[in-house]
Amino acid sequence: MNNLLVANSVSKNFGDFKALNNVSIEVPKGSIFGLLGPNGAGKTTLIRIINQITMPDTGNVLLDGEPLEAHHIQDIGYLPEERGLYKSMKVGEQVLYLAQLKGLSKVEAKKRLKFWFEKLEIGDWWNKKIQELSKGMAQKIQFVVTVLHQPKLLIFDEPFSGFDPINANLIKDQILQLREEGATVIFATHRMESVEELCDHIALIHKSNKILDGKLQDIKRQYKTNTFEVGLVANNDTQLTQIISEKFETAPANFKSLNNDLKLNIKLPPSESSNDLLSFLTSKAQVNHFNELVPSASDIFIQTVKNSKS
Amino acid sequence: MNHLSLIIKREYLTKVKNKSFIIMTILSPIIMIALIAVVAYLSQLNNNKERTISILDESGLVSSIFKNTEYTTYTILKDLPLEEAKHLVEEKEEYGLLYIASGTNINDIAKSIKFYSQDTPSLTIISSLESKLERKLTDLKLQQDGVDTDKIKASRTSIDIAQESYEGEKTSKIDNIVKLAFGGIAGYLLFMFIIIYGNMIMRSVIEEKTSRIIEIIISSVKPIQLMMGKIIGTSLAGITQFVVWIILGSVLMVVVSAIFGINMSEMQAPQQEMMQQAMVSQDMQMQAQQMIAAIYNLPLINMIIAFVLFFVGGYLLYSSLYAAIGAAVDNETDTQQFIMPILMPLILAVYVGIFTVIEDPHGTVSTIFSFIPLTSPVVMLMRIPFGVPLWQQLISLALLIGTFMFTVWFAAKIYRVGILMYGKKPSYKDIYKWLKY
Repeated sequence: MNNLLVANSVSKNFGDFKALNNVSIEVPKGSIFGLLGPNGAGKTTLIRIINQITMPDTGNVLLDGEPLEAHHIQDIGYLPEERGLYKSMKVGEQVLYLAQLKGLSKVEAKKRLKFWFEKLEIGDWWNKKIQELSKGMAQKIQFVVTVLHQPKLLIFDEPFSGFDPINANLIKDQILQLREEGATVIFATHRMESVEELCDHIALIHKSNKILDGKLQDIKRQYKTNTFEVGLVANNDTQLTQIISEKFETAPANFKSLNNDLKLNIKLPPSESSNDLLSFLTSKAQVNHFNELVPSASDIFIQTVKNSKS
Repeated sequence: MNHLSLIIKREYLTKVKNKSFIIMTILSPIIMIALIAVVAYLSQLNNNKERTISILDESGLVSSIFKNTEYTTYTILKDLPLEEAKHLVEEKEEYGLLYIASGTNINDIAKSIKFYSQDTPSLTIISSLESKLERKLTDLKLQQDGVDTDKIKASRTSIDIAQESYEGEKTSKIDNIVKLAFGGIAGYLLFMFIIIYGNMIMRSVIEEKTSRIIEIIISSVKPIQLMMGKIIGTSLAGITQFVVWIILGSVLMVVVSAIFGINMSEMQAPQQEMMQQAMVSQDMQMQAQQMIAAIYNLPLINMIIAFVLFFVGGYLLYSSLYAAIGAAVDNETDTQQFIMPILMPLILAVYVGIFTVIEDPHGTVSTIFSFIPLTSPVVMLMRIPFGVPLWQQLISLALLIGTFMFTVWFAAKIYRVGILMYGKKPSYKDIYKWLKY
């Protein structure tokens, strides 16, 4: 049982609109799973189904091998994209209330709250009302509400929208730490930078269909083109370029460097290894820069979406 | 179920601890009582104004009927031409001049009577003068025709038809008035309660939407639990407010009347004078006794049970609709188009109750409306004091509960979808679509 969450061919229609079409995902235990897709692709619908806010038309979802039931609510912590708090309620009361709704006892909730409030340095907000806090402060509290009941599965829908960089970093560190402690994280976003940093698995949803999923590394390997970025110092740039072009497929490259190098992208045929290329290059010129071009999540995202259109 | 009690508790406490709620709860009865006291004081002031009315009675027949009262002094003018009398009254700034021309034919005299004054005289003064003159002139005319007025007075008979049903249940007109009062109060109370607290529920649903906390909450609880918790919590806060109002109101009423010495029952002195004249022949004490007897005669246990059941049923029915509206829209300004169709049957119920139940509590119209679920709570509550057969009450209640369950289901569907819809103001067509999600 290596998957904490499994969705089997989940479909959901809203009237004539198909929000999800036969989507299956598998979220391994202890992973940070990126649920990617453009706006309106169906990410939030899938998350709402996992949270039992909406019911799927067909298909089912298993948490730890069991079909979803009411008591699973306690095992899930959810930070929705559209999030807020009661404006005129005091911070402490509010968090206690929400924690109790998740099944914590009042005493237990208080104890854990103290811990978290100290950790995030927000202890003196207990008696403040939400409307007195800034947006970033309120978001810290929403984060505490999400993780307070120590859920097995954490779901964040666009968690960094609206956070300033300092808070975003703070939250990111907390997410990583929670993963260390055994939590599994689902991360819905269309911001690729955070995917690159955090996720080890991804699934890409586009127009209600899942079009790609797997380990991020595997996907990158699958999408890489065996292209290397090189910076060379030679007496005659034009001559060198010609020599290389005779043997390999080349294109001018663009990256920052200190020297006035000859910059090239060189694509290797599958038969040759990077060592072959490197020894060939060192025999012709001085190599200042040698780097394999790995496609970024963003590249893969854009390329897959484009491919699925055609 | 633990969730439900948590939600109810939160709803109740936030409502009750809310500053404007506390202020409303305390201030409303104070303002009400203050208003009543001011009105009472002013009208007393008005009636206490001493007035002098001059009478120029050229016929010499009627001047004897004008007896000075506490606030009204009658001056009888004699042997003055009308013009001079008018002049004199105007100079002395008296209230007005009543002129009765001379003559032998009483009909002619009656036609000649005029009242001269600077400003338009008060209606009650004129009516009081009219009734005095009418009585005197009628008597005079009867005497002229050789009729003994004393005999007529002696022969006047007062009748209050005793009513009795075939089962031997006795009622009277006073009974009916008491029944109407009780039924009316119950129906009207429900009406007010629905409007005030239904709106409160709606606002609190909208608040959860606009503050965007809704999705956090419903990832922990079922929408229907949240909706029911809201309705129950808000209603409990409403009942608390009502109880405080009643207690505070009655305490204040006693205090105010003790301090200012305003006897509320004497508020409308001249009107009361007229009433008393009309009821002279009836024994007031007798009436009071009858009134108390009438209250005892009411089907009290039935009324209390029915009140609780129909009140709760009717209130829940309407408040779930209010909750659904709150869920469907984004802000309060968008609620208008949806509130109207809810208010219509409610207002209809009150009017049907007032106009048809008074006329005929067991007539076709009032019976039918006491079965239709949207109007039945109000109309049935108004009918029950008159004695409604048990089977009718049970059928009506069953229909009400059935409809209530249907509306809760219906409202919960709208609620479930609506609370997650932002931005667009939904049309009726959209809402119909939501039902199928």
